[in-house]
Parts: sequence; structure tokens; C-alpha cells
Amino acid sequence: MIKNDTEKLTLKSSENVGEETSTKIITTKDTVFQSKNFDLWYGDHHALKDINLDIKENEVTAIIGPSGCGKSTYIKALNRMVELVPIVKTNGEISYRGRNIFEGNYEVEELRTKVGMVFQKPNPFPKSIYDNIAYGPRIHGIKNKRVLDEIVEKSLRGAAIWDEVKDRLNQNAYGLSGGQQQRICIARCLAIEPDVILMDEPTSALDPISTLKVEELVQEIKHKYSIIIVTHNMQQAARISDKTAFFLNGEVVEFDHTDKIFSTPTDQRTEDYISGRFG
Amino acid sequence: MKYIDETVVMKRMKSRLKFNKLWKSLFLIATLFALLCLVVLLVRIVSQGSGYLNIDFLTNFASRFPEKAGIKAALIGSLWLMAVVAPVSIILGVGTAIYLEEYAKQNKFNDFIRTNISNLAGVPSIVFGLLGLTIFVRMLGLGKSVLAAGFTMSLLILPVIIVAAQEAIRAVPNEQREASYGMGATKWQTITRVVLPAAIPGILTGSILALSRAIGETAPLVVIGIPVILQFLPEGLLSEFTALPMQIYDWAKRPQEEFLYVSSAGIIVLMILLVVMNSIAIFIRNKFQKRY
Amino acid sequence: MASQGLGKEQSVQDLIAKSRNKQGKKVLEKVMPLLLLFTAVVSVLTTFGILFTLVFETFEFFQRVSITDYLFGTEWFPFSGNNPTFGVLPLILGTLKVTVIAIIVAVPLGIAAAIYLSEYASDKARRVIKPILEVLAGVPTIVYGFFALTFVTPILQQLIPSLKIFNALSPGIVVGIMIIPMIASLSEDAMSSVPNSIREAALGLGATKLEVALKVVLPAAISGIISSIVLAISRAIGETMIVSLAGGATPTFNLDVTGSIQTMTAYIVQVSSGDAGYGTTIYYSIYAVGFTLFIFTLIMNLLAHYISKRFREEY
Repeated sequence: MIKNDTEKLTLKSSENVGEETSTKIITTKDTVFQSKNFDLWYGDHHALKDINLDIKENEVTAIIGPSGCGKSTYIKALNRMVELVPIVKTNGEISYRGRNIFEGNYEVEELRTKVGMVFQKPNPFPKSIYDNIAYGPRIHGIKNKRVLDEIVEKSLRGAAIWDEVKDRLNQNAYGLSGGQQQRICIARCLAIEPDVILMDEPTSALDPISTLKVEELVQEIKHKYSIIIVTHNMQQAARISDKTAFFLNGEVVEFDHTDKIFSTPTDQRTEDYISGRFG
Repeated sequence: MKYIDETVVMKRMKSRLKFNKLWKSLFLIATLFALLCLVVLLVRIVSQGSGYLNIDFLTNFASRFPEKAGIKAALIGSLWLMAVVAPVSIILGVGTAIYLEEYAKQNKFNDFIRTNISNLAGVPSIVFGLLGLTIFVRMLGLGKSVLAAGFTMSLLILPVIIVAAQEAIRAVPNEQREASYGMGATKWQTITRVVLPAAIPGILTGSILALSRAIGETAPLVVIGIPVILQFLPEGLLSEFTALPMQIYDWAKRPQEEFLYVSSAGIIVLMILLVVMNSIAIFIRNKFQKRY
Repeated sequence: MASQGLGKEQSVQDLIAKSRNKQGKKVLEKVMPLLLLFTAVVSVLTTFGILFTLVFETFEFFQRVSITDYLFGTEWFPFSGNNPTFGVLPLILGTLKVTVIAIIVAVPLGIAAAIYLSEYASDKARRVIKPILEVLAGVPTIVYGFFALTFVTPILQQLIPSLKIFNALSPGIVVGIMIIPMIASLSEDAMSSVPNSIREAALGLGATKLEVALKVVLPAAISGIISSIVLAISRAIGETMIVSLAGGATPTFNLDVTGSIQTMTAYIVQVSSGDAGYGTTIYYSIYAVGFTLFIFTLIMNLLAHYISKRFREEY
């Protein structure tokens, strides 16, 4: 039912946009996030300008661009985290599975339960590893100890860190290395089995080996989740993503299959950026 | 032509360095003076009062005769007072801090609350006594009770607790809140499950220090009219009571020299209480300090 | 919708959907901010309570005593039977005498300690000295009062034979000692916030540490230092127990510091510990005096706030 709807929507919007079809890709996969003429301001600063993007499920979508291009702002808009800054104003719409998330009665908590997030700096809670993972299920009312145990193990396995921490679940998560902390954060996110996972430069604070582990992890879990990852590292985008969007000055310059973006970009600015001429 | 004559500079350098040394020692002496005062004060009081400090002193009621005088009613009374002040001031103080740090938007009303708190911190304690006398003792008819004095003291230390709790809450990094919101937690869940657990050591430390101020505070109690020579213990929140600093004040005022020693013994008890409270505060601060 | 679950029989999202107590959550989210706002309002109510108390009872006092007699009278004899006089100037003068002595003691010592801690002391020395200053600041004022009466006064009497048992000098000095930690720690904060690059620039030109401290750091931190002094003055004005114990109960209108005095705070204490009946002129007079005291300290606090805001250095 939803599938048909979204397919229609995708087709319709690509017709409307006309010559901008280059930024639209029509596939048979479901659309999870559809942005239509989306604008965002921080006070007077116009941070996102007329964003039109369709993000498909079970894919890794990378968002690249120089600092300050609005890429982080954009994914924080997808779970409305951007609203934690009080001076933010938005216009236009972003639909999650066909429903505009900026609609008056849309509950942010419900949205964020479906759309998880992993942050730039590892931010585990100063609690035990177990309590970190169980945090999500607990706030959503799951109290049964056996169910929680099962979720914790499943999530830690899902984040490929179970073997490293299974013997010290009751130790403080801060005792772990930075890379392990970030995988704990990913496990914490997996614990409520979200539909989409947003990753905001998840490896920027990590060493190369930890970065590699997180990248492998992303590859493993992309079959079950839709992943949107912001990165300043173009090689990373090329390595792990299926599609790539290039942001510049708050606009989407180009959005296409990653292979295409990195081999034959249509826009001169994209080419300049990926060939390292600025950014 | 040279603007700087090096020989003159070198000659003056010596005296400048000498001055530097001289003043450094003067600054050090000034700093040590404050410490010296503390030492003299403590030594004086211990040497005067320790002779009177024994079990009888702790278990006797006040008396006209210095050798029979005891501090039981005052000590128990101070504990009763704390039993009111601690919950009231901590609930109000932490509540206010959470409101200001987590909920309050930037507007005139909230600015007013903030300014008001910093001004309230500068109001002399004796003025709080006048407030307590009019509002709690007379208007609300609580009399010279534990409750009336407790409310007065709670308001007196409220600004201290608010500021300490605000600092503790502010020290919790925003990434922690984001992590919680990102899981779909509501604001209140984030506050109770993430912000407060991380802020509690700081809040407790600040609160204990504020309470130790309340336990030594005398002026508001005098104004409220707390009695001094009591031969009974408080039976409830509406009982009359007396407190340590009141008892010390009363003894210190008496003309007989022996009462000065009794007063010193009372001060020792008060200071021990303060040292214990401060040690707990420092212990909590060191033990549970969070690093992010 | 995309199928969830990690190959297990039940999905967490289903469990969440089932167990969610939406209604309860919503109520809590609405009610708690209101409750917290209420606690925040208590501090505002306290201020209103203080103002109401002081204004209301003082008004009652001025029904009985003319406001000009109060403000400009130089005689304060409230207990003299059928002809009491309520001229507040002797009480104000008593307060000022103690405050001035305290400031003369505390400002040089406090600032010198601040300079030592911020410019000269090693980290280790600072870690020892600062907590001791905190302890000094935490000693109850009743203890300081006892110290003034039983230790400082006898010593001073050795030096100045004409000194009375109750006088302005001894409590003045002890109030000064009491506010040293306040001036020292606030001034040190102001000096430590002067960036090191400025110090290094001066040291690099061959200035001595003393010259850096006095000619560079002190001027840069001056607003913070002055505001700490003003706050300390406010504390000294409102100080009660030291002056009650060691200052005496004789309101005098002269500049002598060796004889018994009475401060505004000590008067309030004297009346409160006696049996001035509710509703008498004397009873209301403590509110008038309290109001006067409140105005003095309020002006000082606002001044301190203004100075630290207005002259804040931007680095």
C-alpha cells in the first residue's frame, strides 16, 4: 500500500522537476525520506536552500561536501534534532515513509524511534555497557529482564562488538577505546531496531583502524537498515555508499549513484570538489 | 643615536629584580596571614573548650551552672532544622536549576528570575530573619517552630543551591542529551535518566556546602526568636527548638568566664559537624567526578 | 513497511508499539515543566516576600515616627521610656565604622593573596592554599564573633589601654578577616582570566613578574577586583553576629572606634533577643532599620553587578 504510494510520488515529482531529473533516480525500492523544496534557516542564515532529495531504503546514502555546506544540518533535520537549536525555522517538507515530519501533530519521539542516529563524537552515557544498550528499549517501556538481555546481546552482536565486551557488560562504557565507544553507540542505536540510521561523520574522531571497523560494520548492516551517512572523507563515501549527494552552500549540487559521481560527475563543481580543488 | 642605554637598563634591572623578590615575599606573607588567623582561631577554641567537651556535655540540657551545661537540645534541634532545610531547599533549588537550564527560553521573565536569584544571594541573612518572622512565624502562624526556622533557612540558602545545581547541570555535555533525544526519549526522560544522574555528584556537593552554611547561621534564628534555654527536645515540626549557634551565642554573651569555655566546647561540636559535612562533600566530589 | 528484526521471532519495534504508555508520558511532559516553573517562582516570591515585609512594616513604623526624624536624627534612644528617639544616623555610622575598618584590613591582604595565588604560587601551593581559604570562608560568623570578643579585643586592649570591651575596632578587624577569602578568591578569578599571552608579551620584553602583575594583570582585571571589593563591602554591612558580640549596644554619633557602638544589624538582634512586644514602635523599628540595611546592601550588589558587566574586559 505504502509502496505503491511512494512509487507514484517519486514518479510524479520527477515529472514536475523536469530538467532537474539528474538529481532524481527512479528505482523500484521504497523511498524512506523524500525532501520537497525544503529550506532551513538558523536565525537569518539560510542554511539549506530548496532541497529535493529522495532517499531509498536498504541503501547507504552518503552526503559529502565542504565544511559548512549544510550536510550535517540536513541529516539532523531528518530526525528533527535540528530543532534543539531554538532559532531554527523551516519551510517546505520532508516526508518519512509518505508523511511530512514537520506536520503539526507529528510526534518527534515517534520519528526518532524509527530514525536512529549516530553522532560525530562517540557519546555513550557514563553508565555500564549493558545500561547503554538497554537505554532505548527501557525508555520505550520494555522492562522484562529476559527480553532486555536478549536485545543487548543481539545489538552488540549486530554492531560486531559482542566478543570484545561480553565479559564486562557491567563496566562503564567510558573504559572502552574511542572506536569501541562508537560501536557501542551504534549498538545502542540498533537496540530499538530503527528503520533508518543517520550517521553524522561517525568516524571523524576515530583512528584509521577503528574507522575501518565502523565502515565494515556499515556494510554489514545496510541490508537490514537504510543508512544515511554524512562524511567529509570522500574515499569513505566512495568505499561504502551506494548513492552520494554533493552539498555546496546549502544546496544539493548533484545526487547520483556513487560510481557515477566519482567517475563522471555532471556538474563542474562536483568534479572540482572530488578532485580536491577545494573543500 | 640609541634610544635605550643598555648600561642604565642593566643597572636598574638589579633593583627591579630586588623589588620583585621583596614583593613576592610580601604577597606570600599576606596570604599566610589569612591561614595564620585560621590556625590561631582553631587552636584558641580547642584549647579553651576541650576541657568541657565530654559525654555529659553532649547529653545534658542547658543549665545556669557552667559545669552542668550541655548541648543536647541544641544539637538535636540543629539536626531537626536540617531535616527540614535539606529536603525543602534541595527540591526547590534543583527544581529551579532544571527549569532554568533545560526548559527556560530566552525571555524577559526568565532573565528576571536569573537576576533575582543573584540579587537574593546578596541579601543579608538577618533580613531573611525579618521575612521569616513576619511571614512564617506570624502570618502563617507557625510560631517559633522547627518548620518556621527551616523554611527561613531554606530560602536563605536557596540561591547557593540553585547556582551549584545549575553549574552541575550545565557541565553535562550536550552530546549526552542528543544521544538520548536521538533514541526517541522525551525531554523529561532525558532529564531524569541522563542529565540528573550525571549532575547528581555536583548537586550533592553544592547542597552539602550550602547546608553547612545553614547549620552555622545564627542571625535569622535570633530574629525569629528561637529560645535558648530549653529543657526538652522537639517533638515534631511545630515544636519549639533551639540550635547550636543560638546556644553558642547565648553562652558567649554571659559574663561568667566559665561560660566562655562552655561556648568554646559548643563551637568545637559545631566545627566538627561542619568538618564532617565538608568531608562528605569533598569525598563525593572526588569519587564521582565524571569525565567525558 | 520494511521488515525489521534481526532474524529473531519478535521485533523490538513491535514490543515498543505494544508497551508504549503514551498517555502517561504526555501528561508527565506537560506537568513537570509547570512544577519546575513553580519551584523557580519560589525564589521570585521570596524577593516579593522580603519587599512586602519590609515595606509594609516600615510603613507602620512611619505612622508613629516621622520619616525626617528617622533619616536625619542623630540620636537613637528607642528604650528611653516616655521620650524615645529614632534617629538612624548613629546606627548607620556604627555600621560604616566597622565596614571601613574591615575594608582597610581586607583589601590589601585579599588582593595581595590574590596576586600571590594567580601570579606567583606554584600549582601545588595553590592546591593547598585555596581549600584553606574556602574553609576560612565557611567558618560560621558566630565563631568569628566569639574570636573577636575573647581573643582580638584582649590583645588590642594590651596595645591600646583606653579600648573598651565593646568597640568598633575589634569587630572591624575580624569582619575584615572574614571577608579576605571572598576578595582573594573573586579577585584571583578575575586575574586568572587574563590570558597568558598578555603576560608572556610583557615578560618577553624583559618585565619582572612584579611589573607584569602590577602594570599588566592588575589593570586588566581591575573591574573584577573592584566588583569583588564592592561585594565584600556589602557582606561587611550585613554582617551581624560579629558586631553583636563584640561591638556593643551603644548607638553613638561620633568617629571614635575605641568605644562601644551599635550597628544596624546589632540593633535588630538586640530587639529580637529582648521582649519588645508585637505591635510596639520598637517592634516596627527593626523593620525600618532592616529596610535601611537592605537598601544599602542592594545598592552595593547592583553596583558590583554593574561594574563587572560594564567594564568587562574582552580578550
